[in-house]
Amino acid sequence: MKQTTLIYKLVMATSGLFLCFFLIIHLLGNLQLLSPPAVAREQFNWYSHLLSGNILIKIISYVLYLSIIAHAVYALIITRVNIKAQGSKYVYDKRGKVSSWNSRNMGVLGTIILIFLVIHFKDYWYIYKFGNLPLDVKGNKDLYSIVVSSFQQGWYVILYELSFIALGFHLLHGFFSAARTLGLYHRKYAAAIRVVGWIYSLAITLGFMLIPIFIYFNLNF
Amino acid sequence: MKLYLKIWRQEHRESKGDMVSYEVEGISEHMSFLEMLDLLNERLIKKGERVIEFDHDCREGICGACGMMINGRAHGPLSGTTTCQLHMRSFKDGETVYIEPFRAAAFPVLRDLKIDRSAFDHIIQSGGYVSASTGQAPESNSILIAHDTTEAAFDAAACIGCGACVATCKNSSAALFTSAKITHLVLLPQGKLESADRIIQMVNQMDEEGFGHCSNTEACEVECPQEISALHIGRMNYEYNKALLIRK
Repeated sequence: MKQTTLIYKLVMATSGLFLCFFLIIHLLGNLQLLSPPAVAREQFNWYSHLLSGNILIKIISYVLYLSIIAHAVYALIITRVNIKAQGSKYVYDKRGKVSSWNSRNMGVLGTIILIFLVIHFKDYWYIYKFGNLPLDVKGNKDLYSIVVSSFQQGWYVILYELSFIALGFHLLHGFFSAARTLGLYHRKYAAAIRVVGWIYSLAITLGFMLIPIFIYFNLNF
Repeated sequence: MKLYLKIWRQEHRESKGDMVSYEVEGISEHMSFLEMLDLLNERLIKKGERVIEFDHDCREGICGACGMMINGRAHGPLSGTTTCQLHMRSFKDGETVYIEPFRAAAFPVLRDLKIDRSAFDHIIQSGGYVSASTGQAPESNSILIAHDTTEAAFDAAACIGCGACVATCKNSSAALFTSAKITHLVLLPQGKLESADRIIQMVNQMDEEGFGHCSNTEACEVECPQEISALHIGRMNYEYNKALLIRK
């Protein structure tokens, strides 16, 4: 099959939408951190253990790694093509007036998210998989302590909050853009998907933003 | 009124261009933007200088020949307007106005503000037509099409191919132009028959001409003189995805 611009966009849309779906599951899991400390520790560690053993989760995690890589690699390819397509630059450029800032800077936002992901994977995913973690009373790896102690550092909380803001703006355009790439053209449903995109982006962003702030101000370790 | 113009001057396709400053006095606010350029050109002729070349034809906003970047916006500061329908009342006395050609790798500058938009023609030639014989007007009148459908098809067919969508797109994507033609034909019974082949060919051609990806910023919809909806791009994607699945 010939690799056209529209096929590249399909890869971006499908991988992006899978990541959108994953964010919902990830947020729901993380919201357990808001429970009272004793309950939260047991529940969160049990949940983390559950995710690491399940074959179904394993498949989903491989799709997740593949989606992140495909989304980033194809974004690079697309950006290269786009830069080539532009030709010479305008001397005086006010084109930004007719479109939203985040829709024009998906690459910048995506890069911020990618850098965040590297840090995020290193601090939790890598440590959980390959590091030596203490066990909690139930014998599960105590990821809860790692999470809570890392969010005692102000700069770490700020790093996360800023990344979530970037994520929010990325989602706001990405969700609607993916729907269009998949071919949603009906006036009524296209308008509806914008509203859904707003609600989704707000819920995900605010949800994730709440957790580090909550831990920083409410839990002491 | 008096304006300070900074205009892109370029000798030919391969040469390096530059912005050149001009002061133009005695502009009436009732003049169209092109008439203001005519005024400047008349004075340049009297001085024995080469005129500033730009494309124009009907000067009624329906042919799509004119088009330039004015103060960094395609067709100037107004939305939904061609350059010829822009009037000097949209500018202030003593203002500096930057005038450049539409820029994209697929639209090489021929001279000054004139660009080569044959890439659009190649996209149309690749599939933007109906190859079945549809007869004369009386015969086509006998094909029943709902009023709403003809209106929707005509909304898409209203594209004048001026290239503002490409010029304003940060990726120089021709998605709005190509999708307008695809929607126009797919809505009508004569065009529906070949839609799968047409869409694949036109999208391939669009890529071959060196246009970029559509990232749905929808800037094109704002600058389009015919206010062609960006929803057509969704329609193109739908038809393309369908063609990928069902085409033999």
